[in-house]
Amino acid sequence: MNSRIATIASNTFREAVRDRVLYNLIAFAVLLSGAAILVGQISIDIEKLVVINLGLTAVSLFGVVIAIFVGIGLVSKEIEKRTLYTVLSRPVRRWEFIVGKFFGLAGTLVVNAFFMAIGVFAALLYVAHKFQKPDGWVLVALYFIILQFLIICSLALLFSSFSSPLLSAVFAFSLFVIGTFSEDLRNFAGMATGLTKWLATAVAYLIPNFSALNVISSVAHGQPVSGQLIVYNTLYALLYATMALCGAILIFQRRNLK
Amino acid sequence: MGFWRKRPKCALRPLHLNVEEGEIFGFLGPNGAGKTTTLKMLMGLVFPTGGSARILGMDINDSTVKAQIGFLPEQPYFYDYLTARELLEYYGRLSGVVGKDLSGRVEKVLGRVGLPDVGGVQLRKFSKGMLQRVGIAQAILHEPKVVFFDEPMSGLDPMGRREVRDLMEQLKAEGKTVFFSTHILSDAEALCDRVAVIHLGELRAVGAVADLTSGVQGKVEIIWEGTSVPASVKALGAECHITGDTVRAVLPEQSQDLALDVLRRERLRLVSLVPVRTTLEQYFVEKLKRSEKTVGSLA
Repeated sequence: MNSRIATIASNTFREAVRDRVLYNLIAFAVLLSGAAILVGQISIDIEKLVVINLGLTAVSLFGVVIAIFVGIGLVSKEIEKRTLYTVLSRPVRRWEFIVGKFFGLAGTLVVNAFFMAIGVFAALLYVAHKFQKPDGWVLVALYFIILQFLIICSLALLFSSFSSPLLSAVFAFSLFVIGTFSEDLRNFAGMATGLTKWLATAVAYLIPNFSALNVISSVAHGQPVSGQLIVYNTLYALLYATMALCGAILIFQRRNLK
Repeated sequence: MGFWRKRPKCALRPLHLNVEEGEIFGFLGPNGAGKTTTLKMLMGLVFPTGGSARILGMDINDSTVKAQIGFLPEQPYFYDYLTARELLEYYGRLSGVVGKDLSGRVEKVLGRVGLPDVGGVQLRKFSKGMLQRVGIAQAILHEPKVVFFDEPMSGLDPMGRREVRDLMEQLKAEGKTVFFSTHILSDAEALCDRVAVIHLGELRAVGAVADLTSGVQGKVEIIWEGTSVPASVKALGAECHITGDTVRAVLPEQSQDLALDVLRRERLRLVSLVPVRTTLEQYFVEKLKRSEKTVGSLA
């Protein structure tokens, strides 16, 4: 990473920390410790299942909300407040600014997910008293959640490069919801005929496939995740995020900063 | 047009301008004249529909030229979660200044803009004038060869304005080129080697302040002893004021000989005759009035 990208990324991370974005960890900790104590009392033999499901879903949702609401303001806020003027009047290329912002937000989300993961494992230890080998798959589920964050960050940046923050948030959140049901959309495309089939197939391939990145339920049941899926998901997420970032850069390169 | 995209507005007509190395160049014009748009184009923030510009002989799109320029935008706003020191370090790194050199320069520049003791204070606690000083600090931190200031005196008190004027003179003495836009004409008059006047996106005049103002119709002030103004002097278009037993008249330069003839004829004792110097402000107002008339007659 070149030094200008690293400088912009570290400043983006610092902004998130000072804007108290990581305070969400407190809400997460309260939610998870409360849930762990509660399920320990009301569920029989499925405490681990409930804690993993609840914990990983919370990690995912908290992260997605941060990715969208911080991501949509990354470019538009800098334009609106004109802080971008003094950055781009230096030897900083526009693509470096976008990439730096992306890494800054992605870094924030990884750090956030790391602390949340510690919380999930602590809750797991509390209800199960010891770790077992299948608990290791929770790490894979967390890795897939981080891949989801990368895609959402890049999409938020893409929308932020041409749209208002409100519309960007609507677009990004809609894509997240539709992407979560992308498997159903593919099934629908398989059953449909004619123009509907073509349209449904095109949409199914265009929207991010978040359902393939969601292995929370199977991991909670102690089922392993195949190595092939890990490789495919990694390549898919990196490719999708790169494409969305390239789109953001292409739009931002031509944008007049009035 | 109009629904998907905003109607394009011609902010700047062809602008041919050369700024010499090492000079302080003032870019003058009323609000909406195109000063900020010109600066934004030079900084690569907005793209011109045509034409080219070069700084230090390099095309403005060449990113290496940007390491050698400093820019202060109009009414600057900075990341308010950072301290002044952190902000300057951030900008320094983006300009390629690193390590001990960076921390040394940050302290030096904070002192230079009159903020030596507030480096550790978050910018959200800064007044408008202090932010303007931080803005100037970030523009000169990396020791650029050319500095662009957009309304640098805006938001500053008289002391602050004086300090910025001194700083600009220091920059010139260090061999740097200073290009600044302003609508405060007294600042331009006091500082600039040359100025350009822009109005409605069009360049109206370029030159040294003295050369520009000498072209304006001059006036003279005549004072004589007496308690009344002869009618023939009034007829020359003189503005007259009687104070005690002296009369002060200001009239066009070309009427000066006729007025003196009248005073001699009337046997009035002349006290003084002084040419009234044309200020840049007078020049500016006259120039803009003329250009508005031209636009009006064309319309």
